[in-house]
Amino acid sequence: MNFSEVFKLSSQLCKFSPDGKYLASCVQYRLVVRDVDTLQILQLYTCLDQIQHVEWSADSRFILCAMYKRGLVQVWSLEQPEWHCKIDEGSAGLVASCWSPDGRHVLNTTEFHLRITVWSLCTKSVSYIKYPKACQQGISFSRDGRYLALAERRDCKDYVSIFVCSDWQLLRHFDADTQDLAGIEWAPNGCVLAAWDTCLEYKILLYSLDGRLLSAYCAYEWSLGIKSVAWSPSSQFLAVGSYDGKVRVLNHVTWKVITEFGHPATISDPKIVVYKEAEKSLQRALGRPACPPPRAAESKYEIASVPVSLQTVKPAADRANPRVGVGALAFSSDNYFLATRNDNVPNAVWIWDIQKLRLFAVLEQLSPVRAFQWDPQQPRLAICTGGSKVYVWSPAGCVSVQVPGEGDFQVLSLCWHLNGDSLALLSKDHFCLCFLETEAGVHTAFRPPDHCT
Amino acid sequence: MGDWMTITDTGLSSESKNISQYTSETKMSPSSLYSQQVLCSSIPLSKNVHSFFSAFCTEENIEQSISYLDQELTTFGFPSLYEESKGKETKKELNIVAVLNCMNELLVLQRKNLLAQENVETQNLKLGSDMDHLQNCYAKLKEQLETSRREMIGLQERDRQLQCKNRNLHQLLKNEKDEVQKLQNIIASRATQYNHDMKRKEREYNKLKERLHQLVMNKKDKKIAMEVLNYVGRADGKRGSWRTGKSEASFFLRNEDEMYKILLNDYEYRQKQILMENAELKKVLQQMKKEMISLLSPQNQKPRERADDSTGTVISDFEEDAGELNRESMWDLSCETVREQLTNSIRKQWRILKSHVEKLDNQVSKVHLEGFNDEDVISRQDHEQETEKLELEIQQCKEMIKTQQQLLQQQLATACDDDTTSLLRDCYLLEEKERLKEEWSLFKEQKKNFEKERRSFTEAAIRLGMERKAFEEERASWLKQQFLNMTTFDHQNSENGRLFSAFSGNSDQDNPTVHSRPRQKKPHTMSNGSPVCTSKLAKSLPASPSTSDFCQPRSCVSEHSSVNVLNIAPEETKLNQVGRESANQKWSMASRPGSQEGCYSGCSWTYTSSHVEKDDLP
Repeated sequence: MNFSEVFKLSSQLCKFSPDGKYLASCVQYRLVVRDVDTLQILQLYTCLDQIQHVEWSADSRFILCAMYKRGLVQVWSLEQPEWHCKIDEGSAGLVASCWSPDGRHVLNTTEFHLRITVWSLCTKSVSYIKYPKACQQGISFSRDGRYLALAERRDCKDYVSIFVCSDWQLLRHFDADTQDLAGIEWAPNGCVLAAWDTCLEYKILLYSLDGRLLSAYCAYEWSLGIKSVAWSPSSQFLAVGSYDGKVRVLNHVTWKVITEFGHPATISDPKIVVYKEAEKSLQRALGRPACPPPRAAESKYEIASVPVSLQTVKPAADRANPRVGVGALAFSSDNYFLATRNDNVPNAVWIWDIQKLRLFAVLEQLSPVRAFQWDPQQPRLAICTGGSKVYVWSPAGCVSVQVPGEGDFQVLSLCWHLNGDSLALLSKDHFCLCFLETEAGVHTAFRPPDHCT
Repeated sequence: MGDWMTITDTGLSSESKNISQYTSETKMSPSSLYSQQVLCSSIPLSKNVHSFFSAFCTEENIEQSISYLDQELTTFGFPSLYEESKGKETKKELNIVAVLNCMNELLVLQRKNLLAQENVETQNLKLGSDMDHLQNCYAKLKEQLETSRREMIGLQERDRQLQCKNRNLHQLLKNEKDEVQKLQNIIASRATQYNHDMKRKEREYNKLKERLHQLVMNKKDKKIAMEVLNYVGRADGKRGSWRTGKSEASFFLRNEDEMYKILLNDYEYRQKQILMENAELKKVLQQMKKEMISLLSPQNQKPRERADDSTGTVISDFEEDAGELNRESMWDLSCETVREQLTNSIRKQWRILKSHVEKLDNQVSKVHLEGFNDEDVISRQDHEQETEKLELEIQQCKEMIKTQQQLLQQQLATACDDDTTSLLRDCYLLEEKERLKEEWSLFKEQKKNFEKERRSFTEAAIRLGMERKAFEEERASWLKQQFLNMTTFDHQNSENGRLFSAFSGNSDQDNPTVHSRPRQKKPHTMSNGSPVCTSKLAKSLPASPSTSDFCQPRSCVSEHSSVNVLNIAPEETKLNQVGRESANQKWSMASRPGSQEGCYSGCSWTYTSSHVEKDDLP
């Protein structure tokens, strides 16, 4: 595993272009575009203010930089550095900005969710969408970029509007049978829309593209409900994580639960491999007296012998948004695995085998898991815990890698490159790339689970 | 009880009569007084009577008193005291005989009355004690009643308290339920209130939003604008199309079309997938079927040859089916008839397979059985033995079960009722006693046998002792002879006589007794008379305690005795035996192998010999 040098970064704004050729990163009000392979700066754009949001257009030709404080969006072209576009929302304010899938429209959400303005880069036309709902995930584009589903709120009722992205025409408009819609998400095949209710009620609704309600599912009542939702890349499964610490997997034929993954604090099944991160003793430091002392101790994984009891935190019952339940879940790109994090066992990542519908492995870190992401090409999970290490799990084993460099590089977030060869590691004000070995190298790097480092 | 009851009745009646007399009579009549006296007590009667009579009759009023008495007596039905006079004028004369008769009768009556009184008194006592007893009983019962009543009251009180508690608990439960209901209602009302408020707030918020929107958007905010250097082309290379009112509908339709196309595509894709899956499953099914056919058909040749089997027809059917299905390998024909056929044929096959497997199972078991039979043929005896053993075991097990059952029942009985257990225990005790008795008798018998054995043993021992003695003497005589032979004849003779006397000094002393007494006493005297000698003998010639060893000497003895005179003592036989030493030596040698225990058996000789010797006597 190789690491690039460390580059400056602000607000953790660092994105690979969708075609995988470029890397955009923001330093204060400057936008830097580098070549992924050479890391040479290709372009440098200067915005009017500190950049708060950056996004590549789908065709990797434009980059959007949003400055919410100023209500400004600036768009840059990679091909024509002199081309510029500035969108000012004025007194309406700006809270969110995103590209439409065609890469020619910018959707700006004004303050107070008064409306969504659709600015076109091709024509002078401006479209407005009124009554967008202020919620967790109110906008969802279908993967093929054809449709936009939008959660709306009118007269104290939830509605879902489906727009055709090519001409922003309203295709369908229907009321959602929810108390307070919290989010919507298209299935990867673009034919089913999942809509879930606020956490006060466990309710998930599945709508067809034409607005028909396909199914509604409610696991239990009265208690806090859904916390996270994820579609499998094949659209076959819908995993629903909830506050009761369980993941329910629905199938796409009957939309019924096919399995329920509990997250027990003790694991007693000997078939499950439990990787436990352990600090390495600092004997190597003796040989290298020049090594800077503040460096964190290196760590390695150990196979814990079952039964293992995981470290749990007791959530404060009198606070809103308690740290319980499944707060993060993600399917691997090949649909074989599902990674979850139960928020009251913050140090652990559960990896479930979707083919056998059972727990496959558990990783217990030394500190709470901040983020994890699957390799887009193979079943490989990268995890960061806010420390100076990056962890990679694959069915063959598990590694913990220290990020080299001056000072402490605290990995707060990470994102995979499209081809899975490299990984961008983001700290508070730096970023670096981590290059994983090629196929041949991977095998040597990943040792069998019982000798993992 | 009835007897004395009646008696008391009469007594009581007489008493009451007396009392009534006493009370009714105004003048003091002697009889009444008398009766009163009688009633008072019988002991001081004589004295009283005496004083009374002295008071009643004086010198002056003899006549009067006689007449009074006469009157009284006649009223009581006694004959008149006066003589029956012929004439009226003549004065009535006192008939002494009648007086005496009357007196006698009165005395008899008196005695009777006294007896009756005694009876009555004893009865009275009895009754009194009975009464006391009954009163005691009554008191006790009353006490019991009281206690039970108190208990009942206590229980009632407790019951009442419990009921009260129960009622309270019910009340509490009801209250809790009410509370829960109330809380639920409160929650529901609050929720509705909250929702209502939320809605109101949201409406207000919407109004504000609307107003803000108007304010912000209608101001012709110059700032809201987009500065673009130049417009870029569309991603798909098309030119942006203008939306006009005319094209709106067509646009919409196009979008709809597209949407449905997408949906259709999706459904088609899914259908294709399903079809593929189906095809694969069918393939698997077909393969399975083929394998089944290949598996079943060769094995089913035999049953088909039998032809009478019902499965045969099925198999033929099934094979036809198979052929049919093989012919129409167009599995994509998923019409209903094909499906039906398929399911039917599969079911049939399955049934066949099942029956086949069952048959196989049967065969396997049969084979097992046959194997066993073969074994049986080989060794029937073993088998029988085995069965016998097993039967025995079963019997034992049954017995065990029975005893266990008994024990269990006993235990159960103890658990449920103490009386029955005691009864049962008694039963068991009896049983045990009987068993013990049986054992006892057995034991006794054994003892008797032992006794018999011991007797025979002692007898033999005695004989042995006797014979030993004889032998000893013989030896002595033999030694003497030897000695005499060595010396001169004369000297030898004198020496012999001396020696003889010296040797048989003891026996000589005993001899007279031996002769005078019956033979059975002999061993006793012998042991008494020459203890040294016998002990020495025992040491030198250990007696044989075993019966087998005894038999020999005994037979020898009997032989010996038959030869000799019955009453001959060993001391006497010695003289005869001198000539027969060789034979005697022989039997002594035979008795030698016995152990030292002879000493012990010798002690009991005296006691047992009498019986033993008796047998020999006739």
